Parts: sequence; C-alpha cells; structure tokens
Amino acid sequence: MNPISFPHLRLFAENLTCRRGGRLIFEGVSLSLASGEAVSLTGRNGAGKSSLIAMLCGRLRPEAGRIGVEGADEAELTELCHLVGHRDGLKTALTAQENLGFAQAVLGQPAATPVEALAAVGLAHAATLPVGYLSAGQRRRVALARLLVAARPFWLLDEPMSALDTASQAMLTGLMRDHLAQGGAILAATHGPLGLNEARELRIGP
Amino acid sequence: MRRAFLAILRRDLTLAARAGGGGELALVFFLTLVVLVPFALGPDLNLLSRIGPAILWLGALLSVLIGLDRLFQADEEDGSLELMRASPLPLEAAVLAKGLAHWLTTGLPLALATPLLGLLVALPVEGVLPLVATLAVGTPALSFIGAAGAAVAASLRRGGLIVPVLVAPLTIPVLIFGVSAANAALGGTVPFRTPFLILAGLSLASVTVGTLAAAAALRSAE
Repeated sequence: MNPISFPHLRLFAENLTCRRGGRLIFEGVSLSLASGEAVSLTGRNGAGKSSLIAMLCGRLRPEAGRIGVEGADEAELTELCHLVGHRDGLKTALTAQENLGFAQAVLGQPAATPVEALAAVGLAHAATLPVGYLSAGQRRRVALARLLVAARPFWLLDEPMSALDTASQAMLTGLMRDHLAQGGAILAATHGPLGLNEARELRIGP
Repeated sequence: MRRAFLAILRRDLTLAARAGGGGELALVFFLTLVVLVPFALGPDLNLLSRIGPAILWLGALLSVLIGLDRLFQADEEDGSLELMRASPLPLEAAVLAKGLAHWLTTGLPLALATPLLGLLVALPVEGVLPLVATLAVGTPALSFIGAAGAAVAASLRRGGLIVPVLVAPLTIPVLIFGVSAANAALGGTVPFRTPFLILAGLSLASVTVGTLAAAAALRSAE
C-alpha cells in the first residue's frame, strides 16, 4: 500500500439544530474535527447521532446552523467524507472483491486494491465469496475495508464496532490509528470504547 | 468519472445476470400475457393480426413497468445509493447508467423476443421488423420515465404503489406513437416514418427529462 498523507483540513459545525418529522432531535450542537483528531460521538438511543453524521455528509439539511470545511480547495465536503453507516452498502449477490472494486470506482481517489484491503481486515480468504454467504461481522468488515480502497480524509463511522468480535475490534482500532497518523480524522458514533486514548468525547443530549 | 459510470453499468448488468430479478420477470410476464391473449379472443386470425401490434406494445409496456419500483429502492435499502451520492460522479450520470442497464436487461430483450411472439398473434411477416424497431426505439422512454417515478418512490418509505400511478399516464404518448408506427408499416395512409420519428423524439426527450428528474428526486435531502 502506498503511504498516504492528507493535507491539513478542519471540518466544523456550528450550532446545528436537527428536526425530523416535526420533532426536535437536538439543538446547539457544535463540532470541530481537524486532521489527526478523533471524536467519539455518544448519547442515548435516538439522541441524533446518526442524524448528525447524515448532516455532515450532506444527506440531511440542518434546520439551523452551519457546516463547513477549512483548508479544502473546491473539493466538496461530501467528497471528503467516508461514511460507513448502519446499512453496509454491499450487494449480497456480488463477491466481497467485486463490492470493493465497485466502491473504489464510484468513490474515486483509489488507495489500496480490494485484495489488499480485504487482507487488512483479515478476510483475504473470503475475497471471491458472495457477500450473501458471509456472517454479519464479516460483512461489517467488508464494509470497513471500503475505508481503505478510497483515500478520503474524514471517516464518519456509525457504530463501527457493532457485530465485530474482540479481535476485529482491535483490528479496527489499528486501522483508525493508521488513518490518524496519515493526517486523517475520525468521527465515530459509539456506545463502547473505541480504543483510541486521544479521542475526545462529544455527547449529544442529556 | 467514466470509470464510475462504467462501474455502475457493469454492476447492474452483473446483478441482473446473477441474481435474476426485474429483466427475467418482465420477459416471463410479457410471454404469459401475449400467449394468453389469443385464448381470450378466440380463433379469429383476422382480428388477432389487426390488434397484434397493440397487444405486443401493451404487453411490453406493462412488462417494463413491473418491478420498476425496485430500480432505486434496492440501492436505497442496502446503502449503495449513499455510495453513489458520495461519488464525484454527478447523480445524473449515475441515473443514466442505471437506466441504461435497466433498458439493456428489460426493454431490449423484450424487443428481441417480439418476432417469436408475433407468430402467436398472427402478425404479418412484413410487420415484424418495424415492430421490433418501434419497441427497440420506444422502450428506452419507458425505462427513463419509469426511473423518474422509481426515484420518487425510493425516498418514500412505502412508495411502491405510487410508481405505476405516477408513470403510466406519462407513457401514453409513447404507446400511441409506438402502436401507430407499427400499424403504419402494415399499410394505411400514413407512412411508417412519420410516427416512428415522433416516437424516436419522445424517446430522446424522455431519456433527458427522466434522468434530470430522477437525479433531482434522489438528491433532495430531507
């Protein structure tokens, strides 16, 4: 894998308010995420963690507040963000390798090849298996391998540790450390520990 | 950009070939409908050959509409649509790739199956090639008008029912000119060219407008 180094960027959000279906989810949430930083997003169920992530990647319009990025030239925020959400974004009829190849072609900025990425998440043996045959944890790892096939500075992860066993959680922590060392940044909605000592905590709601 | 476009096209073609689904269902539905019509009408060959082009066109139209609601909904449900939204490729191009794949797996096979099914409705030999031509030229319009409806349905939670209601009225001009071109080839006062060129124009306009409309529907954030 070629070493990657991201330029210095800062993602910021000021006083965001989120309202969905007429119901106020959260208000006054501010956030700053600079290169090399990790933030763990916590809050009870339904506090709006996923909504905040959807806002940052441009999927949901905030009712009030501002989202922007410092230091990027022309590149839109959606093209700087790498989202791994609840839905894996995998086609069950395609093999793991084909799924990653598709993600790489669609996302652009190719980094690791699909085979290298699968080896990095410990699924080299499953590269040619249809994703439909994989377990929930293995699918999660294929989805996480997507982070490696395209080089994007901001990783937005929604409960990345769910369905992962202890060894895979440690593997993910290692991947996140490497990403931070390359000048990337991570925002992860989580209930458990991420394993990153330097991660700041941002709590939404009570 | 081109790589992303081709990747979406290739993925949808692979999925259609591997998982079955829309294309094969449409072909079987088309076959069933056309096979059953002569039984319902009785053994009047003159009647059958007179309404043959209309039956084949109606069958093709309904077959294309069937399963169309899944065009974007499947991608929305498993999260693939998020990938396309995050792509530097404009959503319009992604819609174009998906619509093209839909036509290649649904509309084109229907047009190619028509000569065989023409036999069942006593279609005269000189009418076969023009009918295949009208279906080949007209079905892209159905795929892309349908794509706009499917994109609206994808953002709604239970929008499956809205697709035929939304799409069927818009397909009426395509049906009218498709059938009249196919009939013109079998004789009459109007030359084949006139309705056929209007059909081609409708198809081109639908591809453009349908692509833009579908991308706008997919882009609209909550």
